Amino acid sequence: MSTVSQIDDPAAPAAERKPATTRTGGGFVDGTINVFSHGFLLVWGLLTALPLLWALLSAFKSDNEILSDPWGLPSQLRWSNFSRAWTHGHIGQYFVNTGVVLLGSLTLTMLLGATAAYALARYKFWGNRIIYFTFVGGMMFPVVLAFVPLFFVVRNAGLLDTLPGLMLVYTAYSLPFTVFFLTAFFRTLPTAVSEAALIDGCGPFRLFFRVMLPMAKPGLISVGIFNFLGHWNQYLLPVVLLKDESKYVLAQGLAALAVSEGYRGDYSRLFAGLTLAMLPVLVVYGVFQRQIQAGLTAGQMK
Amino acid sequence: MKHGKYPLLAAFLLPPLALYAYFVISPYAQTFVISTTDWHGLSRSYNVVGLDNFKKLWNDEHIWNALLHNLWLLILLPILTIGLGLFLATMLNVGGRGGRGAVAGVRGAAVYKIIYFAPQMLSVAVIGVLWTEIYNPRSGLLNAALRGIGLDGLAQIWLGDPDIALWAVLAVMVWANVGFYVVLFGAAMQSVPRDIYEAAALDGASRTATMFRITVPLLWDTIQVAWVYLAIIAMDAFALVQIMTRGGPSFSTDVIGERLYDVSFGDSQFGYGSAIGVVMFFLTLTITIAALRLSRRERIELS
Repeated sequence: MSTVSQIDDPAAPAAERKPATTRTGGGFVDGTINVFSHGFLLVWGLLTALPLLWALLSAFKSDNEILSDPWGLPSQLRWSNFSRAWTHGHIGQYFVNTGVVLLGSLTLTMLLGATAAYALARYKFWGNRIIYFTFVGGMMFPVVLAFVPLFFVVRNAGLLDTLPGLMLVYTAYSLPFTVFFLTAFFRTLPTAVSEAALIDGCGPFRLFFRVMLPMAKPGLISVGIFNFLGHWNQYLLPVVLLKDESKYVLAQGLAALAVSEGYRGDYSRLFAGLTLAMLPVLVVYGVFQRQIQAGLTAGQMK
Repeated sequence: MKHGKYPLLAAFLLPPLALYAYFVISPYAQTFVISTTDWHGLSRSYNVVGLDNFKKLWNDEHIWNALLHNLWLLILLPILTIGLGLFLATMLNVGGRGGRGAVAGVRGAAVYKIIYFAPQMLSVAVIGVLWTEIYNPRSGLLNAALRGIGLDGLAQIWLGDPDIALWAVLAVMVWANVGFYVVLFGAAMQSVPRDIYEAAALDGASRTATMFRITVPLLWDTIQVAWVYLAIIAMDAFALVQIMTRGGPSFSTDVIGERLYDVSFGDSQFGYGSAIGVVMFFLTLTITIAALRLSRRERIELS
């Protein structure tokens, strides 16, 4: 498009009329404007990337280097910072706890979210709308509102300071978005397939697990990524519901490490812990960035 | 489908509903009940005090102080984030426009998008801890950078100065959220026909005019959603504040969520804390509805 209108334009300098093949990237060279826009884009890019790179580099520094020369490079790669964070900083334990919680909470969220969404999207029955809006309304309010009673509800159920308790609470608070997103998704699936399956004698449960669920795979992946990140990064719920340090999850443990660092002055261990907490999600993001961006923004577009 | 309907509905809806009612609806509902008591949590005994907690709330200057900070965030966070998001998304998607009628994305747009979006991956704990270190007056990246370019006078005790701390926290919120809206607005811009931009460019519309007369009206639906979403984030700045400043220094970064948490889990005034929760509930509801109403405009159909 840019090529056509440019060639049509007699004012364009001959030097800029490069063959179309060089412009396949969508960029087109116009000196001042591109310097202008690239300048701003670059500045924001640096503002975003530098803090993350700084944390990574600081993780290899000694405490002295961190304090005396914040912009300097580490004089050597001190991997021991990471092992100190992993063992003495308990980051390793927090990783395991987070993984255990996630395994349970993500499975449960997807199963309960998908079944509820399917029932709401594909069946007409009295109360359908009420149930739908009860779920979806939960998206509106900050979780901090429910903190006081939630603490006691979980305590009375004997689930305070337990990882299964956290799994159930994560699942419950993930249902609003999951149900909202998947209901919209199940509605878009064609009815012809399920009608054909029913005529062939397929029961309603088999129909869901063998036909509809596989068809909903793209939607399940999007909402799965969303929930994975939400549960992996969850901070507030564990702060209220887990007081036992050996049960801490990653985000909570990192914040606790930052507080104790204030007293001990072990900066390199903190940065190593920070890097360990950041890196897994950033690596996953690097690999699946297209799906992740689409998944996270899709929920907003509806 | 008539016969087998109810077993499936029961099996598919009852477990999620039960879990949701137990852990989400019942706590929200209980907040209202507890807010009318003087319950201190440990004992089972409590007195019903009616609206006393709310009267106390009305006269509590710390509440008003915290609400004022929420209000600032409520105004500034959406403006800064949406403004910056729209600006960067425009640059990325139609930034290659040379004023000669040609419209294209800039080179490397995909790479920029990957970088901008990256903070979305991080936990609020990671963001809070990272930026606390960046703001560290002695060893932080920010002051070191200012000193490095000879602006020693601008170096601050960012999170320790009551005049600056709230804005330092706001900057982190903007930093963490802009990338999301660049991608969101970018996706919305893809659905705007290119010829509209090219026609505007041919007619000699300036960049500013194109932005406010074309991009903003055409993306209004998306901007409206962004506004509501950011308003909710601004009301809920609690997590970041809790990690970075705990509301200090001298309540200069206190927000309503931090009040609720401190009053409830710090002072065990669960009745009073729940009253704060009830107020937050209605405030969030009002703000969401107001944001939806105020931003309602005639929809522009693209076809």
